[in-house]
Amino acid sequence: MNPASTPLTRRDFIRVGSLAGGGFVLSLALPGALGQPAGALDDTARIFTPSPFIKITPEGIITILAKNPETGQGVKTSLPMIVAEELDADFSTIVIEQAGLRDDVGAQFAGGSRSTPDNYLLLRRAGATARAMLIAAAAQTWNVRTGELTTENGRVIHTASGRSLSYGELATTAATLPIPDERNVRLKDESEFRVLGSRVGGVDNPAIVTGAALFGIDQRLPGMVYAAYEKCPVFGGRVIRANLEEIKALPGVLDAFIIEGTTDITGLLPGVAIVADSTWSAFSAKAKLRVEWDERAAAGHSSAAYAAQAADLARGRGAQLRHDGDVDAAFASAAKTVEADYFYPFLNHATLEPQGCTAWAKDGGIEFWTTSQTPGPGRDLVANTFNLPKEKLKLNLVRAGGGFGRRLRNDYMVEVAAIALRVNAPVKLTWTREDDMRHCFFRPAGFHHLRGAVDASGRLSAWHNHFVTFGYHSTQSPAPSAGMSPDELPARFIPNYRLEQSLISTIVPTGPLRAPGSNGLAFVMQGFIDELAHAAGRDPVEFRLELLGEDRLVPPTGGRGVPYDTGRMKGVIRLAAEKSGWGQPLPKGEGRGVAFHFSHQGYVAMVARVAVSPAGVLQVKHVTVATDVGPIINLSGAENQIQGSVIDGLSMAWFQEITYERGRTVQSNFHDYPLLRLGDAPEIGVHFLQSDNPPTGLGEPGYPVVPPAICNAIFAACGKRIRSLPITKNDLRWS
Amino acid sequence: MAAYQLVVNGVARTVEAQPDTPLLWILRDTLNLPGTKYGCGRGLCGSCTIHFNGAPLRSCMLPVAAAEGAAITTIEGLSPGGLNPLQEAWCEHDVPQCGYCQAGQIMTAAALLRDRPDPTDAEIDEALAGNLCRCGTHVRIRAAVKAAALRLQQEASA
Repeated sequence: MNPASTPLTRRDFIRVGSLAGGGFVLSLALPGALGQPAGALDDTARIFTPSPFIKITPEGIITILAKNPETGQGVKTSLPMIVAEELDADFSTIVIEQAGLRDDVGAQFAGGSRSTPDNYLLLRRAGATARAMLIAAAAQTWNVRTGELTTENGRVIHTASGRSLSYGELATTAATLPIPDERNVRLKDESEFRVLGSRVGGVDNPAIVTGAALFGIDQRLPGMVYAAYEKCPVFGGRVIRANLEEIKALPGVLDAFIIEGTTDITGLLPGVAIVADSTWSAFSAKAKLRVEWDERAAAGHSSAAYAAQAADLARGRGAQLRHDGDVDAAFASAAKTVEADYFYPFLNHATLEPQGCTAWAKDGGIEFWTTSQTPGPGRDLVANTFNLPKEKLKLNLVRAGGGFGRRLRNDYMVEVAAIALRVNAPVKLTWTREDDMRHCFFRPAGFHHLRGAVDASGRLSAWHNHFVTFGYHSTQSPAPSAGMSPDELPARFIPNYRLEQSLISTIVPTGPLRAPGSNGLAFVMQGFIDELAHAAGRDPVEFRLELLGEDRLVPPTGGRGVPYDTGRMKGVIRLAAEKSGWGQPLPKGEGRGVAFHFSHQGYVAMVARVAVSPAGVLQVKHVTVATDVGPIINLSGAENQIQGSVIDGLSMAWFQEITYERGRTVQSNFHDYPLLRLGDAPEIGVHFLQSDNPPTGLGEPGYPVVPPAICNAIFAACGKRIRSLPITKNDLRWS
Repeated sequence: MAAYQLVVNGVARTVEAQPDTPLLWILRDTLNLPGTKYGCGRGLCGSCTIHFNGAPLRSCMLPVAAAEGAAITTIEGLSPGGLNPLQEAWCEHDVPQCGYCQAGQIMTAAALLRDRPDPTDAEIDEALAGNLCRCGTHVRIRAAVKAAALRLQQEASA
């Protein structure tokens, strides 16, 4: 039994297909054909399988493999759309099958907004190769030249004779043909696209809205048992003893045991496992667990201690990461200078589906049903931790209730594996929300002591940043996602620039959160640029356009990384300004703020319009986002990603902060780590500047601009400059 | 352990459970109705929303012992004959990203539309204030509720 690969999503209910053309395409899935396991079809010679990505049966069922993990970023829909485009098939009739981890489809991960750029050409070629073979099969059938044949919506057409055959009718013949070199197969001209750029609803939507078993937490296997896992609240702490006998006597509890674990903070951490006959039995037993932990690591690790250390460090000099021009001379001759301390806090990803995993140890290996964003490294981690051969580990990739970078780490996989290896049954591990809030690879906080100068002509002339960040048990190298590129804006765009860095040693595990690095840095850079624009008496949009300068490609320092295309950035800034009514008068207490940021190859600008009441109540009224990520794959999904980035960015900027006391996370659930409620959501205008650059991803680049655009708008509305997040910590009252 | 008589989606079910077991886990683990989701366990996120005698309720906060005798509806039983207008609108507006919260959103919205067939924006915002969406599909949720309300009104006046 394999719940993940069973096409539950398409079977037994009406399927909602393409939204293209405003239509609402309903088609009834064919029960018998789809109900069969994929593996049983593969070996049949009648089936056309020119690559792992495409399967066409003589009955006309076209199946496209969705290769990457789906976490809500939409790749289960958008990547198959790329195949369908070149295959020239009607997307609404195609069956989408989620791939497990395999070795013949290229890298399978959900991170870095890489799914689109890494797979665009690969998947186009897969579709085009299949189409070429179907054309060849038709040419052979009719004894005509391939040049006389065209395709449309899953049929090969011979216009001269008026004949046509469906892909299904051609499948068995096509299956006998040699597979051509995909590099020689003609790809469509973009003007011929019918699927790409259209609005297509998520392929799992019908399953989502009817509550079908779909997510990691929904996996169910015969004889399955349920597990919870308690780890030391102090990061890195070990178990000394626990009341295991008492726990084992509780109703429904099958087993309770200590897992020694490893010292790898991203791996199997020490803790106490509870195995029970239901999730609730495991959770309620966990609440009665009494563990004596070794908490020696906790001393001195609190948010207050970190802030005090940061203040001390910022007063001194840090390690110099970059120095251009003569910063001190520029400050000496400046017309205006500004000095400010910026801060952004630690954050948790808070995926709505908590971490967890299902596993079944049998036959010397383990089968997983995992929501990992990095299943390959997850498999490696399990293999290395338990000394198991990789080929004995099978990974089914299951839809995740949100990722945002949390599931780039695979701690839940080694935890469930440790339990599964002891339990002679399939086991589902579910974290409580409290586990999830406390044990994370947190977005690291950052402190920036800034000085900036504008010259007599009102241009940004010098910038000094002493960046105080964190090292994991280190004051020498930044912790994961805690570093800063010496190319970060405005480096490379002003003559006099200095970046210094100091590190606070921490025990807090850190890691990537949506647009890592950028998600904090954009707030600082775009906020301080705004301060300097106002100091210079300049319009914030004009000041930014001037900073970017002429349209050109600005290379990365040392040639590593991607160049910065100022023309593309200026294009989205101008578009956002135009669409937002930048410069038009607003009532007292309202203001607009602008920000731009380049990350993950995406150029994004945002204008926010907010109102702040004299009592200090913030209302975000409207947000305009302009984005250039090249051509759009799925317009509906792309807009959804930007809209979601805005809401996510608002939650982050407005409310969210993780703090630590005595080496442990203070926050525990959504009452003290809020998400934006429906009534606080602004109207959002989404605009794509679809340049002819190669298409790139959209999961991340829309997120970093949100906090600075909102905070700059708050300043415009009421004169209160937000230099420390979240906004709720600031007093916005004015008169 | 004790036996409890439940009526879930119109079907009488007898379940064996500890009396303090939240209905959420009875639905998910015992009755194999996984559409109702665990998000917080403390009535904070709305992912576990069901209808309890027609009213939206957080099933993570309701002990199974208190659920006896009530008419319980889950997302699986919301519209057994096909998609209801809310579910259709959710698909038409392509609301979901990860989709994890959406069953709870739809259940809350369904209760709202039953009581207020023509809700104002403020009423929609208020009714759904306790349903969190981590992916930020807020503007689409609003649009889909309005579209479903319009469709229901058209059906009612037809």
